[in-house]
Formats: sequence, structure tokens, C-alpha cells
Amino acid sequence: MLRLNLVLLALLVACGVSLVTSRHQARKLFVDLERRQAEARSFETEYGQLQLEQSTWAMPARVEKIARASLGMQLPTAARVEIVRTGGDR
Amino acid sequence: MRSGTATVQRGKASSLALPRFRAPVLFGAFLLVFAVLAARSIYLQWFDNEFLQEQGSARYSRELEVPAHRGRILDRLGEPLAISTPVKSLWVFPAKFEATPAQIASLAKVLEVSPTVLRRKLEAGDDFAYIAKQLPPEVAERAMALKIAGLNEHNEYRRYYPGGETLSHILGFTGDRDVGQEGIELAQQEWLGGRPGSRRVIINRRGDAVEDVEAIRAPQAGRDLALAIDTRLQHIAFRELKAAVEANKAKAGGLVIVDVRTGEILALANWPTYNPNARNRVTRDAMRNRALTDVFEPGSTLKPFTIAAALESGRVRPDTVIQTAPGTLTIGTATVHDAHVHGALTVEQVIQKSSNVGAAKIALSLPPETMWHTLSESGFGTPPKTGFPGEVAGRLRPAKTWRPIEQATMAYGHGISVNLVQLARAYTVFASEGELKPVTLFKTSGPVAGRPVMQPQTALAVRRMLEMAVLPAGTAPKAQVPGYRVAGKTGTAHKLEGHAYTAKFVSSFVGFAPASAPRLVVAVMIDEPGAGAHFGGDVAAPVFATVTGAALRMLAVPNDAPVDNVILPPPDSVVDEDT
Repeated sequence: MLRLNLVLLALLVACGVSLVTSRHQARKLFVDLERRQAEARSFETEYGQLQLEQSTWAMPARVEKIARASLGMQLPTAARVEIVRTGGDR
Repeated sequence: MRSGTATVQRGKASSLALPRFRAPVLFGAFLLVFAVLAARSIYLQWFDNEFLQEQGSARYSRELEVPAHRGRILDRLGEPLAISTPVKSLWVFPAKFEATPAQIASLAKVLEVSPTVLRRKLEAGDDFAYIAKQLPPEVAERAMALKIAGLNEHNEYRRYYPGGETLSHILGFTGDRDVGQEGIELAQQEWLGGRPGSRRVIINRRGDAVEDVEAIRAPQAGRDLALAIDTRLQHIAFRELKAAVEANKAKAGGLVIVDVRTGEILALANWPTYNPNARNRVTRDAMRNRALTDVFEPGSTLKPFTIAAALESGRVRPDTVIQTAPGTLTIGTATVHDAHVHGALTVEQVIQKSSNVGAAKIALSLPPETMWHTLSESGFGTPPKTGFPGEVAGRLRPAKTWRPIEQATMAYGHGISVNLVQLARAYTVFASEGELKPVTLFKTSGPVAGRPVMQPQTALAVRRMLEMAVLPAGTAPKAQVPGYRVAGKTGTAHKLEGHAYTAKFVSSFVGFAPASAPRLVVAVMIDEPGAGAHFGGDVAAPVFATVTGAALRMLAVPNDAPVDNVILPPPDSVVDEDT
């Protein structure tokens, strides 16, 4: 009887300890997940900002200004444009 | 204790025996006390548990907001036109704000303001005060890292428009909490707007979430929206419109490009405009999307519809001769004038030379209902339904109320009002084979079937006349485009102010190209040109030519004419029109 009780006690303690550790593990993993999610959100934010930056730099008005002013480029006149038709195109 | 009791027992004689009832009374009293405690605890545990539960959960759980940001607006090629990005604002209750002068100095350095300005903001009052609004997150983070007592931050979103003033009228803008206030932002709030969710978590003593308890509301992210606008064409349209308004010292202007096959609005430019990213001093006037919300009397750009109605009725053919001499036509007490006396003109030439008398005579040969039917079927008097809030229908009065002089003036576009998009939409009838295409600001999946308005041969006959109008003998040789055949019509309308026509004009040109297989309808309107020239052929036609040529090349539309096709007549022989 006593032996059985001792075994059960040991089992109980073991279960208790494993419960505590698994809870701890779960929380640690959860904290990690939260951090990663926050990171993902901040990457998303950064992606949005980069998109914004990219499209601001690439706005035709800005490109044209730079092309004209600092690169000295100009639009070709119609006489200098040749349209090449590929086979499939009418 | 034990020794104490012993002393009492020894000190007192047994004659001082305790009363018999003392033990049961005490027992009863204790029992009662415990019963009360037990009842109280039962009460707190099962009946009145709200308060304590709340207090308990306040110590270990938190409700967190799950952000959901507003969807982007994209152009047809996927270029972002409006993006929301998180920003942070810093705020204080000045009464609760405690900072050493050194801390204020370092805060000022982080925020890049002078310490004096910052101090003035802090001493502004004892109410809530913003220290800095809409900061980039990393700046706010550095400010918070100073750990100043009483300095708080809160998250919000700010919407940026990379296209700036070129697209502001279509997109509109958002206001507080990133909710749409104008334009597409307003009309598509349901689609674009995200709904933040919230969830409950368990936190540890440092305030980090350690366990999810429940999701209270799932966040719903805003959806992206693709517009029909092509940023490249929009840029060309805006650049040329702005240049024309400035060169002609005009009050305002508008330009619309519509894809004939799909009905998509590829570009829609307005002047004056504003920058949606900095709208501190924007007037209501600059904010109006004139091409959709303002009406004007179109003038001669309406003549092709009169002619189409007459061709459909079978009363005239393109080569029927109309006598327009002596250049005036008197109806009752009013007289219709031509700018030049043309004599006998064919119906084709009435369009080419833009003769008011000719158009009026043709109109008067028709029953009012026939003419009304063609105009109404071509979309006049009904809003263009582009999906833009506040667009107007223009005015087309019922045929029953027309007096003969009104029918005559309507033939050349007076006594009727339209908006620019409506006019561009109406021209899809001639650009297609007699179908009115539905126009839209949103990207569509491909060619769209229109509503048949007239027989294909009528539309093609009018298209030929419109092509003649841009030839050297027509009113708009300046609308010619190198390498492409174009067709179109000028308009020069006196402005109606109150009940009288003034010497101010609305100059317009509506046309399409390539004439052999039309791809684009382009409508240009210049309001009150004030630098001398006021004819549609001089003011609006050159804008049409530049924009159409550039747009067709941009879209790689094959040429349907040699590149040396433009023939300009000597300046003094250009046919000017009166309306």
C-alpha cells in the first residue's frame, strides 16, 4: 500500500513538474511568436514605405524633369520614331 | 499559554468555576462568525463575482488592438497612387509632464525643432497637447527612448499620394483616422477601409503578452483598388493641360482620355489643382473635379449629334446640299449667325466648316423628339456613372418644351449643358460603330459592349466628316497628329452668365484616333482663355494633338498614316467658327 502511494506521489510530482515546464515552454514560444509577428508587421510597414519611396522617385514628372534638365534629353519628333511590327501584329 | 492557564487554575478556587453556558455560547458565536464568512465567500465566488473578476483580469490580461490598414489605390499597371503607412504622434498633459531642461533639449534635438518652440508647446495650457504629429515611427521611437515622464505616443496612419497634384481630383483624400473624405477615397471607403480587430491576451509582469485568451474581433484589412488610370498618360495629359491653361491665361481646364474599346478613363486631368500631401491652404475651388462635377454649354462639339440624328432619320445624306448664305438665319426675333459666309455647303461641309446656320437648318427639318432621342441616347442629360461621387448629369430639356429657336441653338450646342466626361463618352458612339460605351474610372477586364445608339453606317459617315474637320480646309488643322489619322470637332461657346451670353468663351476639342480603328477618345476643355486666341481650333486642338500623339506612341498603337501627314494651311486661311 505504502509502496503504491509512494509511486503515485512520484508520478504526481513528475506530472506537476512537466506541466510547469510545458506551460513555461508554451509561453516562451508564444512570446517568440509575438515578437516575430511584430517583426512581420514592421517589415510590412517598411515595404509600404519603400513602395511609396519607389513610386515617388519614379513619378513621370520627376523622371522627365531630370531627363530634360540634367541629362539634356528630349522627346523624339514623330519623324524620328519608327514603329516596327512583329509578325503577329497587324 | 499553558503555564498561564495553570496559574489561573492554581490561583482561583474551584468555586470560581466557569458558567455552564459559556462554552456553548462561545461555540455558537464562533460558528456564527464562520457561517457569515462562509456565506460571504460563497456570495463573492458565485453571485457577486464581477468586480473581483475584473480586478483580477485587469492585473493579468489586456485587450490589444490588431491594426488593419487601408487598402492601396493602384493605377492600371500596378503603380501605387495612394498608400497608408503607420506614423506616431507624441502628446502630453502638460500638468503631468515632468522633464529636466536637459531632457527637453534632447527631445527638441530628436524632433528637430528649437527648444524654445518645444517649450512653448509644453506650456500652452493644461489640456491635452500634441508635441509632434505624424512622425515617422523611428523618430517617435527615439523620442520615447528618452523615457521622459508624461510623454505619450499613439499610433495612426497617414496616407501618401506619390502622384501629388496630377491625380488629386480623382483620388481625393482621407481625413481623420484615414477615412475617405473626397473623390475615390470617399466613394470606395467600404472597399478600401480596414477594420481593426482586437484580442485578449495574458501578460506577464513586464507587460509582454504570454498567452492568447480569445480573439474578440478578427481584423479586416482594407483591399487594394485598381483604377483605369495610366500614370504615364495622366502625366502627359496633366503636363499639356497645365501648359495650355497657362499659355492661354485661362481660368480652368480639363482633359479626359477614354479607351474606346473598354470605356476605361485612362487619364483625367483638371486645372487648377492642389497637392493632397499638403493641403493646408487648399480652396474648395481647386478641389473640384471639374471634368465630372461642372457643366458647360458644349457649343459646336454637339453638331455631329444633330447631323447624326438627321442622317438616321433619312432626311439628309452626307452630300445633301444646304444653303447657308447669307450666313444668318432668323427665327422669330432671334438670329443665328455664322462667323464666315459659306454659301451652299454639303452636310459634310457643315461639320467641316462648323456652320451654325447649316446645323440649325438641318435641326429644324427634324421633329424635336427625333433630335432629343439621339442626344439622350448619346448620354446627354444622364450622369456618366464613372463611380465618382458628385458627378452631374448636365441638362437636356424634354423635347416637348423646345421652341423652334431653342431647337436651332441646340443644334450647335447652346441651351444644353454637359460635363467633359459625358462629352467624351458621347464621342465613343462615333469612335465605335454607333455604340455608347459605358465609361468607368476602375480597371476592367477587357473590351466592353456598348449600347447601340445609331446604325454603324451613320456613325462611320459622321466619323468621315469629323476627319474632314481636322484637314486644312476644316476648323481644326492644329489637331492633326503626325503618323495618325484623327477625327474630331472643335467647340467655341460663349459663356452664359445669369441669363445673358458674355464675351467669355469655353474652347473645346473632342476627337479620337487613329481614325481607321479608333483607340482613344480625347476631350479637351479650356475655360475662359484670356490671351487673345479663343477658338477651339487654336486653344484646345493643339493640346489634343500633343496629348493624342504622345498617348498613342506610349501605347504603341501602330501608325495609320505616314509621319509627314500634317499639313497646316497658311495662318490667315484657317476657318474659324462661331460656336
